[in-house]
Amino acid sequence: MEVIIILIPIALILTGIAFWAFFWSVNSGQFEDLDSPAHSILYDDDDDMIPDDAKVDPKSNRKLDD
Amino acid sequence: MQAVNLNTEPEQCFHCGSDIPPASNYFTRINEEDKRMCCPGCQAVAQTIVAGGLDNFYQHRGDELSPATADLSEIASLTKELALYDNHEIQQAFVSGQNTDTHTATLVIEGISCAACVWLLEHHLSKQPGVIKFSVNLANHRARLVWHPDDIKLSQLLAEIIRIGYKAHPYHPDKEEQLLAQESKRSVIRLGVAGIGAMQAMMFAVAIYAADIAGTGMEEKYVMLLRWASLVVATPVVLYAALPFLKNAFRDLKTRHLTMDIPVSIAIWGGYIASAWATLFNTGDIYFESVTMFAFFLLIGRFMEMKARQRTGRAGNALLNLIPASALRINAEGEEQLVAASSLHPGDLIRIKPGQTIPADGFITRGFSSVDESALTGEYMPISKKLQDSLVGGTINIENPIEMQVSAVGEKSRISSIVRLLERAQSEKPYVARVADQIARYFVGATLIVAACVSTIWYIVDPANAFWITLSVLVVTCPCALSLATPTALTAATGTLRQQGLLITRGHVLESFSKATHIIFDKTGTLTEGRLAIQETHPLNGISSADALNWGAALESLSEHPIGRAFTPWYTRAAEAIQVTVGQGIEGRIEDKRYRIGKPDYVMQLSGQPLPVMPDLQRQWILLADESQALCWFALDDQIRRETRQAIHELRTLGLSIEILTGDTSPAVQRIAEKLGIDQINSGMSPEQKLEHIRKLQAEGKQTIMVGDGINDIPVLVGAQTSVSMGAATDLAKTNADAVLTNNNLQTLAVGIRLSRKTRTIIKENLSLSLFYNIIALPAAALGLVPPYIAAIGMTASSLIVTGNAMRLARRAKNPQTTQTAPRPESAKAKAGT
Repeated sequence: MEVIIILIPIALILTGIAFWAFFWSVNSGQFEDLDSPAHSILYDDDDDMIPDDAKVDPKSNRKLDD
Repeated sequence: MQAVNLNTEPEQCFHCGSDIPPASNYFTRINEEDKRMCCPGCQAVAQTIVAGGLDNFYQHRGDELSPATADLSEIASLTKELALYDNHEIQQAFVSGQNTDTHTATLVIEGISCAACVWLLEHHLSKQPGVIKFSVNLANHRARLVWHPDDIKLSQLLAEIIRIGYKAHPYHPDKEEQLLAQESKRSVIRLGVAGIGAMQAMMFAVAIYAADIAGTGMEEKYVMLLRWASLVVATPVVLYAALPFLKNAFRDLKTRHLTMDIPVSIAIWGGYIASAWATLFNTGDIYFESVTMFAFFLLIGRFMEMKARQRTGRAGNALLNLIPASALRINAEGEEQLVAASSLHPGDLIRIKPGQTIPADGFITRGFSSVDESALTGEYMPISKKLQDSLVGGTINIENPIEMQVSAVGEKSRISSIVRLLERAQSEKPYVARVADQIARYFVGATLIVAACVSTIWYIVDPANAFWITLSVLVVTCPCALSLATPTALTAATGTLRQQGLLITRGHVLESFSKATHIIFDKTGTLTEGRLAIQETHPLNGISSADALNWGAALESLSEHPIGRAFTPWYTRAAEAIQVTVGQGIEGRIEDKRYRIGKPDYVMQLSGQPLPVMPDLQRQWILLADESQALCWFALDDQIRRETRQAIHELRTLGLSIEILTGDTSPAVQRIAEKLGIDQINSGMSPEQKLEHIRKLQAEGKQTIMVGDGINDIPVLVGAQTSVSMGAATDLAKTNADAVLTNNNLQTLAVGIRLSRKTRTIIKENLSLSLFYNIIALPAAALGLVPPYIAAIGMTASSLIVTGNAMRLARRAKNPQTTQTAPRPESAKAKAGT
């Protein structure tokens, strides 16, 4: 049981870190727009990062080299 | 009479979704397919997008369509105006970092409809040389632009935004906006602090209760440690996150109002201080977890409420953006000079071209024209203005160039004063708030009296335990279940309705919806589309309808007038030598024959023939004639919205009386009412009469919902218990209304009323549930029989039951019968004419 004498202060420190992280994220404006980041992941311009043999033809939905 | 199919749905533009005029021939190659466009504007925008390699936009945008675009030929003339924004003095108002080599400005972007727009804007602008960073906020349509002024001018960047089909204005936040933004940030922090703190406190509390339940107990030093840890995590929650409750409680005490904030504050601070005391001196129980959870739940409710309010707050600011940024001033030598609208003074002479927004209040000193005042009144027909007539800043000049003398600018202008009037109207809306206040006051009063009695009795019987038991009474009566009963139900219902297209902006709406007995419609723009359409043709002298429509469209091809737009679908060519006579009609030449269209008298002057007989007197007819004879009558009317009939039927099934209350005197009102089967019509009413009518209904004990779209109705909207405005209504009407039909579908109103009744039932159930819990818990607590862990378990269980019950309101959204039918926004249609 003695271990909680160390664990609880650690929990409190972690809570403090959570507070700090939350303050930081609010102040840096991360909570101002909650709609567009959810979509932005879909719009990555990653065409050049997809290997050629994995590319898909958007119209037929089939691999290009089939 | 020849029947013409007037209801064919033309093909729609791939870019903006507007109907494509039959004869237009514009294509853009997108993803190896030719897509049809409605106008050269859309074509140019689409080509710019494709040329920039941004054609993914069309896949990303989903069902949302791009905004209808301005004619690109306007860009050239706009560039001159935009150049004003490069002016150092003007930039001072909205650009920061002027003395460095990187400038930062905030812009308001018009026309953003979905996340794909954000993607398109960000990518297109970031590609411009000299742009360091450009980020768009989807929630408030604002963009932050950072650029090197040496590499590119601001005006060029604004032109680039126009080139891809959006509009950008520099944004200067007013003080209120800044405060609002700050408040919003602070409340997110409060919510987070309360959430993190409450969870931690609950974890420590579980450990303490677990030991109690097991009965084996815990060593004293561990209990002490857990108590101290609870104190540490609860302190920021109480001293920071829950501070607004204390402030409000003090404010209400000063003004002698009993509000929920008072027992809430007593419970939170009483509980906190007593628990802190217990921790310091190691006596009694601690209630940190109840206190912090309590604060957290209450903050969630307030946060949701604030978000809903702020969503419409935006509209007020957008209104001031109606005022254009530049004006053509005529100086003493009679020369035109492009100046910033903000530098105009009363007495200045300015020239306004057709299609331009009037920059300030004033009166006409030369020329005559018609003016679109729909931004102010919601009335879609332009109003004729002649010499010495007054003009209001923010309205749009339609037909002819005019000169005006400025009489008021800025703060003193009519539009600013309407905004102020609006703010006052909002703050003076106490009636339902009073009802809600009263209920709360009784409840709060009862709670305080019970607590006082309990504490007195216990003080006499057993002074040592009096404080603890009083506190447990306060915790038991106030806590979660009862305070969650109403807000959770309201939040769930509000969220569901928002998804379905009804945005609720004031707390009382759901309650007054459920009690409503009368729905009163303001005819223009609510029951109807708010735009003219040709309903019938009546050809004369053996002419075919199709020819007549073609000729009419050719004559009206340059007209910005709503009558002109009604002819757009039949456009094939433009007439030559077009002359407009304001308020009379249009003359033009087609294939070497002269034609006139417009008022019968004016039209028949061309041939000198007698007037043909008007087909009926019920509608507005305009005549087409050539040099020798009359050719065709056209009946013009405002179209009834597609879903209106069904909506009226549903509302009637719900037991509501339906009335029309309008200032319009034309027979059209009667006809629309007949078509819809509404027998209560009051036409030709002035705003005062409308207000009086509503007052009379209210005096008879009727509960009214007013559906309107113009701000000439402000007093009426304020007078009715609940006001609803259409999503396509003027910004002022939207800001003023208690609820906004964002999908413009009247059927949603019926959905709203059904859901509000359901909400009321659920609130009643919730209140009975929590009351039942309190009836058992209160006497037990008052008798000092409730150990802390049982109170905590009971409290949590009752809260969960109440919340779960409220969530049934959200589940209704999945019911296919009530899902949104999502018609295309009317505003997009209204803008569609090119």
